[in-house]
Amino acid sequence: MTDAGFVIAAYAVIIGGLGLYTVTLWRRLNSARRELDRDDEAR
Amino acid sequence: MKTRILGFAALAAVAAMTAIALFVVPADLNQGDAQRIMYPHVASAWLGYLSFGVTAISGILWLWKRDLRFDAIAVSGAEIGVMFTAFAIWGGMMWGRPIWGVFWQWEDPRLTTTALLLALYVGYLLFRRLTDDPQRRATRAAIVGIVAAVDIPIVHFSVEWWRGLHQTATIASPDRVLNPAAPMIFVGTLLGMLGAFTLAWGYLMIRRYQLARAELAREEAVRIGRLEDARRGVARSEAAR
Repeated sequence: MTDAGFVIAAYAVIIGGLGLYTVTLWRRLNSARRELDRDDEAR
Repeated sequence: MKTRILGFAALAAVAAMTAIALFVVPADLNQGDAQRIMYPHVASAWLGYLSFGVTAISGILWLWKRDLRFDAIAVSGAEIGVMFTAFAIWGGMMWGRPIWGVFWQWEDPRLTTTALLLALYVGYLLFRRLTDDPQRRATRAAIVGIVAAVDIPIVHFSVEWWRGLHQTATIASPDRVLNPAAPMIFVGTLLGMLGAFTLAWGYLMIRRYQLARAELAREEAVRIGRLEDARRGVARSEAAR
């Protein structure tokens, strides 16, 4: 693999991973908040 | 709203610094394009330290104040620290192969102690799953988080204490920032990437903390629900008698 290949692999995983974690975190947070709202409604 | 603005600022800063690091800054004379990996690698490594430091300090504050908000900060730091440390290791491997000729070398103290740091905090996150009681979980996790943090200075100073493949710090003191071993354009880009990643770190910490608080509230609601069910059961059996 060329230097450019290693650079692309590094940035793809780091920047892509950062984006993926952010999206996953949003989904987890929204899901947790929805569950809380459902609990409140059930009470 | 403020958190959302921070999120947009972080997104813009990371995108801008990535574009600058990849397309604007010239390639290094000796290392070529591979040197571009240093920007996110170093930023990730520093944020790994910062996150685990936050976990350890929050653990101490939990043990002292007994406020579960500190445990929520601690778990946020640990999860985000694991992510940034994994990024630092990945970036280091992608840089190491073209420059050192190897992806990894277990004999190198910096590499091995960083891998240990990652393993310790993955263990911390797994350890938290062993108990459902928030108080007990927070206490046990705080102790693990504080003990694991001993590895942070060992990782940082490993390049000074022992000989290995990894080079010593390019920027280790305020004097080295003003008179760096690397050209100013490289140091400026490195500091810019560090700033952009720190914005992203701040945003993620806030969101992860909000998630931890929501999870705690949910656990509490489930516990109260169980208690109410149990109370209703007792009342029903007493009425039947």
